[in-house]
Amino acid sequence: MSGDPEIRPFAGGTDLMVLLESGKLPPGRYVSIWGFNELRGITVTPDRVSLGALTTYRDVLSHPVFRSEFPLLCAAARQTGGIATQNRGTLGGNIANASPAADSPPALLVYDAELELRSIGRVRHVAYDRFHTGYKSMDLAPGEIISHIHLPRRQPTWRQTYRKVGTRNAQAISKVCLAAAVDLDGNRVRDARVALGSVAPMVVRCVHVEAALRDRIQDGELASVVSAALAHDITPIDDLRSTARYRVRVAENLLIQFLTEALHGRSH
Amino acid sequence: MGESSVTIRCRVNGADVEVSGHPMMRLLDALRSGLRLTGTKEGCGEGECGACSILLDGQLVNSCLVPLVQADGVEIVTIEGVADGDRLHAVQEAFIECGGAQCGICTPGMVLAAVSLLKRRPSPTDAEIREGLAGNLCRCTGYQRIFAAVVNACRGTESGAS
Repeated sequence: MSGDPEIRPFAGGTDLMVLLESGKLPPGRYVSIWGFNELRGITVTPDRVSLGALTTYRDVLSHPVFRSEFPLLCAAARQTGGIATQNRGTLGGNIANASPAADSPPALLVYDAELELRSIGRVRHVAYDRFHTGYKSMDLAPGEIISHIHLPRRQPTWRQTYRKVGTRNAQAISKVCLAAAVDLDGNRVRDARVALGSVAPMVVRCVHVEAALRDRIQDGELASVVSAALAHDITPIDDLRSTARYRVRVAENLLIQFLTEALHGRSH
Repeated sequence: MGESSVTIRCRVNGADVEVSGHPMMRLLDALRSGLRLTGTKEGCGEGECGACSILLDGQLVNSCLVPLVQADGVEIVTIEGVADGDRLHAVQEAFIECGGAQCGICTPGMVLAAVSLLKRRPSPTDAEIREGLAGNLCRCTGYQRIFAAVVNACRGTESGAS
């Protein structure tokens, strides 16, 4: 892949073929990277798990490390399309397609993912929560591709949830999607990660909610504090799938339900 | 992929074939128009309905979302390749027994989704059957007979009747 801005990578095709068929594929020279074995494979080291950008949802569901340590990524993979989509869709493609309604990015944000970006003669790493910069815009230069996704192995004891709300269980694009994890010290929140999809121009990590949750205990103010913080993190709109009002309400409800259950020690 | 035509070689239902076409031609069209294998159906054309499901290197895929250029060197099974000669697959027998087909447009994809499921999970749970068929839409049957057919097919497979 040279620095030619017209060259665009084409992976599993589950999004781009739909655009092509409907005449909405942006013009460019598309290069199939599906056969690039350098972009495949899952490597587990003591510190992190690295996934080639062409890792499919099926690959995620088939590898034991994700079931035991990254359950939210498994939940996202299982709820992305049906089996046929899971066999073909890739995590790198899901990220680069940059849909605010994508299923795996909220889980990747919760797990503090880092992206490895490669171009000729250059490798750089970007924290995933800094990668998306606006609707369909991202920190990716012409000629640069996502080569790997790195996940630090450090949250096995955190309580976690992944909730996708759509019109039906399979094949639906989300109206709201929540991925969240809390590290508890008794009934006090030591640390938190909260990410939401379909509520902003891009998938968002909810830094205000996370800050509001740190050192908090379950009390009568929890719901109002979370709602107030959430208003700073999300900017949903009305569109064909849902309304802004519904999205705010459901995002609040999902988050508060998760926190209430986690702080009461109830398992998911 | 800007070239106007490529020729790819692959194996379809056990036979080596060559197909030429635009690199971004849908595998669905290559099968139906190029190879005259019209058992694979087009439903939505955008990966939502599963009518165009085939097995590609053993994995269930929507052939409407695979460009021809990505099919070079692969092994494909379409609905025409599921039966062993005149002998139907256990899943096909079960669909007939249970009345799992009505208008028939979704049936080839449903059968392949079920065949793919039983390869991965010879004795699936009810939830696994639902998950295995979740990418395939049917507008006639209400799904119950299809579900029953897959349950029936597993019993057949277990008892060695496949």
